Amino acid sequence: MDKRVDILIVGGGPAGLAAAVAAKKSGADRILILERDEELGGILNQCIHNGFGLHTFKEELTGPEYASRYIWQVEELGIPYLLQTIVIDISASEAVKLVTAINKENGIFTIEAKAVVLAMGCRERSRGALNIPGYRPAGIYSAGTAQRYVNMEGRMPGKEVVVLGSGDIGLIMARRMTLEGAKVKMVAELMPYSGGLKRNIVQCLEDYGIPLKLSHTVIDIDGRERVKGVTVAEADENRKPIPGTEEYISCDTLLLSCGLIPENELSVGLGVSLNPVTAGPVVNESLETSVEGVFACGNVLHVHDLVDYVSEEACSAGEHAAAYARGGRPAEEHKVTLKCAGGVRYTVPSLICVERIDKEQVVRFRVGSVYKDVFLTVYYNNTVVIKQKKRVLLPGEMEQIKLKKVEMEKFPDLKTITVAIEREG
Amino acid sequence: MASMDKKELICICCPIGCVITVTSHEDGTLDVKGNSCKRGEEYANKELTAPTRIVTTTVRVRGASRPVVPVKTKCDIPKDKVMECIKALKEIEVTPPIRLGETIVANVADTGVDIVATKAVE
Repeated sequence: MDKRVDILIVGGGPAGLAAAVAAKKSGADRILILERDEELGGILNQCIHNGFGLHTFKEELTGPEYASRYIWQVEELGIPYLLQTIVIDISASEAVKLVTAINKENGIFTIEAKAVVLAMGCRERSRGALNIPGYRPAGIYSAGTAQRYVNMEGRMPGKEVVVLGSGDIGLIMARRMTLEGAKVKMVAELMPYSGGLKRNIVQCLEDYGIPLKLSHTVIDIDGRERVKGVTVAEADENRKPIPGTEEYISCDTLLLSCGLIPENELSVGLGVSLNPVTAGPVVNESLETSVEGVFACGNVLHVHDLVDYVSEEACSAGEHAAAYARGGRPAEEHKVTLKCAGGVRYTVPSLICVERIDKEQVVRFRVGSVYKDVFLTVYYNNTVVIKQKKRVLLPGEMEQIKLKKVEMEKFPDLKTITVAIEREG
Repeated sequence: MASMDKKELICICCPIGCVITVTSHEDGTLDVKGNSCKRGEEYANKELTAPTRIVTTTVRVRGASRPVVPVKTKCDIPKDKVMECIKALKEIEVTPPIRLGETIVANVADTGVDIVATKAVE
């Protein structure tokens, strides 16, 4: 094993794979991927449903098929990787990053890297984080855990199911459990809208007659050894249960699909600044974090709904990591801060160095609630440069806008770019 | 004026999820609006006449590191054949090696569509 590399990639899921391929293709030589599972592909291995790759490959693939396309490229390009290897610490000293990892074969070892790409993905919000009171009976799973059991390990978590949260994994699992013979009694969603894709509400719930109860939540879990049932209640506009609306539903399984949280323990240990909104690193145009030479992409940066966008983002991170490792990047002179207004929750990136943009800069963002017939407006300082009509903007669907470098160069005193949602005034 | 029936659909062809309005005329023709690509029109027509779905599930594997292999219908099948397709796949077991794209069951549930593996198993 090479103890010195140009680019070390933490995580061999969709982001890590695409970053590795892009870095190699743009000339980086010594690349190493560290992956904690026993195979490459990350979460895609358990996402056996279709719908992946429409943007990237212009065809509709399942998760494992999508992963295979990148794994083949990694193999073909001869990019080395280590499986069942967990990174436990990353530190930076001067221009060198030290990545400490563990596996069965090598024990604890440290690798010296010029650049690091963070591609650790995200975790599901757990029951503890949701504050649902009661005992700790068997039968409560995060939707993703159940997905792994069913789709990879061939085991069924239960027979009668209630799903709390209408994120895509919850919707997909409602259908999956139904196909495997379980009775899915309800999907309860605390918010007045679903966090999942509309197509999944149609093909996962409506197709199978599974009720989606918006503005509803689980307030109690019954059962000491095993879940016997849950109490669901309607929630008011402040997301508090409304007394008198309680309904008891017998079930042996509760699946939680209540959001994903970027997994940034390693980033924090390294001293990377996080954005409190995304819980992912603050990054610039190169997807470089506050620690020079450390890049981030995919769900560790901000939670995506489409893997195609993860691949695109990771490709950019890989190319920028390669440019950093090669040296000779243009000096940072013209720095611009990105701000959000009027319902835009965050932007990635949040800082742009104009010299380091190639031709255009993709800015990804999410909105905080449902907006209909609004304008997406981009201001350069106080001047409107983009105004796009949007029929509908949903919190569950990431948006993106492309900013052209030539346009930015027309504003020599450009200090802030504001992305805003506005109604016609 | 012929009586018209208006129906709103959400296209499931891709994650955009276009809201499609379909107007059925008395002479049986359909007017499709709101789709942003050709597939939406096709979907709306099918959804109102003979709805279809792609089925993804798993099949048991004997003697591999994982007990199941993911599979899919090679193309969409009639929606009312989905459960029959699932049932047919519950009854079989395959042995490695399995190539990605290999046919696992031909003509599943008499749909004329094959079930193929979506992952290789060594």
